[in-house]
Amino acid sequence: MLAKRIIPCLDVRDGRVVKGTRFINLRDAGDPVERADFYNREGADEIVFLDITASVEKRRAIIDVVEKTAEVVFIPLTVGGGIDSVAFMQELLNSGADKVSLNTAALKDPGLIQAGAERFGSQCIVVAIDARRSEQRKPDDSLSWEVYSHGGRTTTGRDVVEWAREAEKLGAGEILLTSMDADGTLDGYDNNLLSTVTDAVGIPVIASGGAGTLEHLYEALTKGKAHAVLAASILHYGTYSIAEIKDYLSQKGLPVRPVKN
Amino acid sequence: MSSLVIIDSECANLNSIYKAAKYVALEPVISDDPQTIASARGIIFPGVGSFAHAASLIDRKKLTGSLLKAIKAGIPFLGICLGMQLLFARSEEAGLNSSVEPAEGLKAMPGEVKRFPAKLPVPHVGWNRVQPVSNDPLFGELDRNSNGGAYFYFTHSYYVQPENRDYILGHTDYGFLFTSAVKKDNLYGVQFHPEKSGPAGLRLLSNFGKIIADKKD
Repeated sequence: MLAKRIIPCLDVRDGRVVKGTRFINLRDAGDPVERADFYNREGADEIVFLDITASVEKRRAIIDVVEKTAEVVFIPLTVGGGIDSVAFMQELLNSGADKVSLNTAALKDPGLIQAGAERFGSQCIVVAIDARRSEQRKPDDSLSWEVYSHGGRTTTGRDVVEWAREAEKLGAGEILLTSMDADGTLDGYDNNLLSTVTDAVGIPVIASGGAGTLEHLYEALTKGKAHAVLAASILHYGTYSIAEIKDYLSQKGLPVRPVKN
Repeated sequence: MSSLVIIDSECANLNSIYKAAKYVALEPVISDDPQTIASARGIIFPGVGSFAHAASLIDRKKLTGSLLKAIKAGIPFLGICLGMQLLFARSEEAGLNSSVEPAEGLKAMPGEVKRFPAKLPVPHVGWNRVQPVSNDPLFGELDRNSNGGAYFYFTHSYYVQPENRDYILGHTDYGFLFTSAVKKDNLYGVQFHPEKSGPAGLRLLSNFGKIIADKKD
């Protein structure tokens, strides 16, 4: 059976990790390569680098990070943040990334999803969606969520289900779905949002935003029907180790890849 | 003479395979040169993307002859992901039971490549177990029987169906059992990505290195 994936997400700015306090046993807690390798050894199933570098000139730093990480970490690496061309996707994949995650640029030009999928295959293309609960309900009175761009700062007026379906049709291989309402609250994932999207598309959905307890992860994977969970704070602040998470999920009957595989 | 040649199929995971092979102390070179391939002691044939695109690339690079010659000579050969599917003649992704651009694989392994049933989430992406069906050195020291085999990383929408069950080396449960590893003499194929499968994947690559070394002796 396909295992449920636990995916640490590292925010990287100018080639340095910018979140987290836990890494007392690392020589350099801000080094993304060391952090990625730390999680890799802990039993992470995948690593996501989210590049939040503000200036375009410093963007190249992420290429260097990916290249060095791929020398020592042999699990899938996904890179997101500011990817706006097939050429940049190519550079990231050549440097050792396995997937690229598209967000704002894909909303501006959905053709980018298709171009990437045709060139590199759907398995390389993740579409990241930042969603917020909408005041408006659907005609059938069900809940709806709106898609935001530019790191959640800009409203797009698009419905999350509609955009997820379009992304799938254009060739996305996975959807990374962040609830802006839940993100940072530690109150749990938005499982309504998750199950609405997982029911609407055939491709795997990665849950993001809101994890505070082990139960939250379990609920996202069961109630939310997510295929994988992205976690940041609970890992970075040392609330739980990946081994603790996997032990818990395994005891609850979910298939996970053992830390010692 | 190079011990291990990784065929330059211009796919995105070429460098990852190179790095992983190097990490387990193999000495890989990436090449599409017929002479280099002819003198190889072992060959890794990677591929991602579409069957038709990869088949036409092999054709354009005139690699078919060199690859088949190496396979026929019994040089240890490992096809990875699409590289495994290309060992077969035909795929539902290109011409078989469909109207899209027909393309032919290497026909080194009898059988077909099929698409996962529509009721399953496709692509099959993530970590799944591979249960080897025999004691083969490729899966040496990897979890075999105790709890269903070691986990490896998969990402694919099509799977192989060998004509002869004897060629099945391992299978994986995705709602039904599909063939995730094949073997015919020294010709191996794996559907998963050993270069992205953590310690288990590195072990498998290192095992392939041992198969090469043993063949040499």
